[in-house]
Amino acid sequence: MPRNEVAAVKRVFADLHLCLNVKDAAGTLRTVNKAVALGYGIVAVPLTPEVGVDEVERLRTVCSEAGADFATRVDLQPRTQNELMRQLRRLRRKFEVVCVSCENKAVARQAAKDRRVDLLSFPLLDFRRRFFDRAEAELASNSFAALEVDVKPLLVLEGPMRVRLLSSLRREVAIAKKFHVPVVISSGVSKELLLRKPREMAALAFLFGLDEISGLEAVSQSANLIVERNREKLSSGFVAPGIRVVKEGKDC
Amino acid sequence: MKRVKRRYLALQLDSDGLPSRREFMEAVWGAVTKLHGEHGASLTSLALIDYDSERKMAVLRTSLATLDLVRASLALIKSVAGSEAAVHVTAVSGTIKALHKKTQ
Repeated sequence: MPRNEVAAVKRVFADLHLCLNVKDAAGTLRTVNKAVALGYGIVAVPLTPEVGVDEVERLRTVCSEAGADFATRVDLQPRTQNELMRQLRRLRRKFEVVCVSCENKAVARQAAKDRRVDLLSFPLLDFRRRFFDRAEAELASNSFAALEVDVKPLLVLEGPMRVRLLSSLRREVAIAKKFHVPVVISSGVSKELLLRKPREMAALAFLFGLDEISGLEAVSQSANLIVERNREKLSSGFVAPGIRVVKEGKDC
Repeated sequence: MKRVKRRYLALQLDSDGLPSRREFMEAVWGAVTKLHGEHGASLTSLALIDYDSERKMAVLRTSLATLDLVRASLALIKSVAGSEAAVHVTAVSGTIKALHKKTQ
């Protein structure tokens, strides 16, 4: 295969949940550099809804200097369906990735069927409140929502808690596969030494039932697709999926 | 009898300290047995081929059948010899010669 074709099929890896303390500039730079050194091309950092434009631009500069593409992300934790809708109306056009932490079933169902939601996340240690069942997966498969799995608890937990988490993740990933819901694996870590290479993340995904190819897709294609799709939606020329303004003015 | 296929893994240790060969292997065995149990660990045929404590690099041998299992265990290592650490796989190969070519 010619060299340029090899480059064309090379995967771009993404970590959509890199927790950074944006106030700590040196720490941010160190962690982003580490992520790039480990092979990530896209990093998304969860930000507060009230984050300023200058803060976002500063992070974008830090990431581009390190060699990574920066994506903005917001984590929503609504208590009711109405609160979720309000937050989505207010924030969807401000962030490239929207993740909903589903604290109850009503919110989980609404988030799964809403096309503005990119990622569904569930409480990692409260196993009774992990609502990713067949009904949730069916709703998510008709919208664009993906199931997010953070690897941090797998690294931090030990013993029976990790066993329960793995068993729960295995069940959820099997349901997601059955209903063709994309799975996105992200780090969820803030410490550099807890960051893992994309292939190591895929190796960890083996523990909850994703094979090597699916594991690599979960840290590359599935995540990249979310960022690409939303960037297109947020661009000025976007009208509807497949329709965009190519020219405007009197001479059209 | 069918020949057992092996894989060699080039590892890079990311830590503040300078762990010895024994401490490194204790961390690896600890991670494998914690995750897969003693029976699972016995299937891996793990062996440390080379360890350079200065450059914090190691070469580990395992059977092909348990490669995923070993990779997952290595990713879960958080500390070596009491200090925070991470073990990254830099290359995997079927022969030591090819492994050295990949890592150069």
